[in-house]
Amino acid sequence: MSKAPLTLEQLSGVDHLLSDEERLVQHAVRRFVRERFLPGAGVRFEEERFPVEMVPEIAALGLLGASLTGYGCAGMSAVSYGLALSELEYGDSGLRSFVSVQGSLAMYPIWRYGSDAQKERWLPGMARGELIGCFGLTEPDAGSDPGAMKTRARRDGDDYVLTGTKMWITNAPFAHVAVVWAKVDDGGPESIKGFVIERGAKGFETPTVKGKMSLRASETGEIVLDGCRVPKANVLDGATGLGGPLSCLTQARFGISFAVLGAAKASWEAAAAYAQNRVAFGKPIAAKQLIQERLVDMAQEIAKGEIMAMHFARLKDQSKLSPAQVSLCKRNNCKIAIEVCREARAILGGNGILLDYPAIRHALNLESVVTYEGTHEVHTLILGKALTGHDAF
Amino acid sequence: MKILVPLKRVADPDNANKIKIPAGGATIDTTGLEWKPNPFDEYALEAALRLTENGATPKTRGGEVIVVTFGPKECETTLRAALATGADRAIRVDAKDDELDGSIVAKALRAIVDKEKPDAVVMGKQAVDGDSNQIGQMLAQHLGWPQATFAATIEEEDGALLVGREVDGGVITLRVKLPALVTVDLRIVAPTSVYSKQTKRDFKYNDGVRFAALPAIMAAKKKPLAELKLAELVSDTALKVQYSRFEAPPSRKAGIKVKDVAELVTRLKNEAKVI
Repeated sequence: MSKAPLTLEQLSGVDHLLSDEERLVQHAVRRFVRERFLPGAGVRFEEERFPVEMVPEIAALGLLGASLTGYGCAGMSAVSYGLALSELEYGDSGLRSFVSVQGSLAMYPIWRYGSDAQKERWLPGMARGELIGCFGLTEPDAGSDPGAMKTRARRDGDDYVLTGTKMWITNAPFAHVAVVWAKVDDGGPESIKGFVIERGAKGFETPTVKGKMSLRASETGEIVLDGCRVPKANVLDGATGLGGPLSCLTQARFGISFAVLGAAKASWEAAAAYAQNRVAFGKPIAAKQLIQERLVDMAQEIAKGEIMAMHFARLKDQSKLSPAQVSLCKRNNCKIAIEVCREARAILGGNGILLDYPAIRHALNLESVVTYEGTHEVHTLILGKALTGHDAF
Repeated sequence: MKILVPLKRVADPDNANKIKIPAGGATIDTTGLEWKPNPFDEYALEAALRLTENGATPKTRGGEVIVVTFGPKECETTLRAALATGADRAIRVDAKDDELDGSIVAKALRAIVDKEKPDAVVMGKQAVDGDSNQIGQMLAQHLGWPQATFAATIEEEDGALLVGREVDGGVITLRVKLPALVTVDLRIVAPTSVYSKQTKRDFKYNDGVRFAALPAIMAAKKKPLAELKLAELVSDTALKVQYSRFEAPPSRKAGIKVKDVAELVTRLKNEAKVI
């Protein structure tokens, strides 16, 4: 080997486009993930356990609601937020999902659609990690088609009474507050409203979903609402119809499209390092054309994904990012990320199936990430409609 | 307590292989190098922050930490990082790298101390690029202050610092009256190494240098960063230290494999001559 090999960062050159502030954010989160989270990441995945004991540290770092302003939130740019999420996902998608859900899906709707009183009531505690939030939209029989939700809110005097079941809810088992979306009084999708339900409310249960082979270091649950009474003061009056929850998803999807590059990078780096050391037929496998082609293809897709994510993040910071562009980035980056992780697993050979190496853990996690927040297919249909004008859902 | 912490950016030791020495060896080519704060300076900043807070409530500052660096505009990155970590304000002395040597930096720091009147200067024992290990000692001499070098522990007392220095075979504990100068070694960031008067003695810090919180990174750009000219601080700017030649360490020769212990012993004895 004549020269030190190029790193992924040097290949894409994206680092040179970062401001001092963005670089500081990236390095702070990178250090946290590598020093505090990564030791034991494989074990936690195996134990199917989110490290809830790390929440105070995650909050102290300012990661919760970091893209929001006020109420103790960091008020970061889209680029900084994306870089932070990418570093978290470098650790584990379960860690990143916890932060995404808290910030983009639980805090964001309160921040955007809540009254001042509601913001004061919940957001500071959520930013401090004392209140954990979750987001109830998906149902057992309504995923890609949230307008078909069955959860109902019936008006009863000044209160609402909610009945229904939400499924695949990240953070639900230990959440203190849940932002739940329901149709009001048997209306259509236009009647959908957001409700903030607090732990302890009667008729509010959050059974844990067990036996996942993906996102094992993340707590997933159901939200079961059995005549759960929600006072008027807990209704997010600023949102009506599907636009409310979908705007939250646009936030989260943007973050995810940036984040998954972290999983891809971690897997690529593990495979590249292994290929340098693993000798077969008298040479390191990194010196073999078949391996080089794979490493190059992977690095190329990561570089393209990174350039796209950075471009769209800059657009987002200028409020010029459209939902179709978010779909493009989420669709592309999730797909390339899972493919990179699977390829990395293959280069690692038999060792690749062990949790000692990160590739299989990331590949398994990404099975969820390509599915949630709009499946690959749903984003194809969003883009298909945007590009042709025909609705093919 | 008011503390001055000098910082230096150094070529990232992890990327040291990128240092190029042009033919003739008169200079080092620093283009394309990645920079990071000198690790010992980061430890000094952590120690200074610990001395100016109650460890249990670090968000409330109990003193002032001023960071200062010498160099071109790009060095402000190092200062912003220190401000994000918790320093209260920053000073950059505008200078090119080749206008500086240890003597000039020590004299310029003296001028800054005269102006700022801190209770203490806390700094890294050395920078990991030149490894000169001299600025702290020279500065203490210029100031006529007591100095405690290679500190592994610091405890604040009324009007003094109790400093533990690791030496061969033990620890020397010095009591330096304020104002004083302390240079720190790497163990200064251990969980029980530094106690201000406010911090309870059973409090334990996280090991290492604290993380810069994201809101603090956002807020750092609003913290004051002053610029000074080298000539305002030092009248004689002629370099005392002149570098005559640089050369890269010789590249390592490939190793050999020996077939058994007997051959190993023979070669160690006859070729390496170490036994």
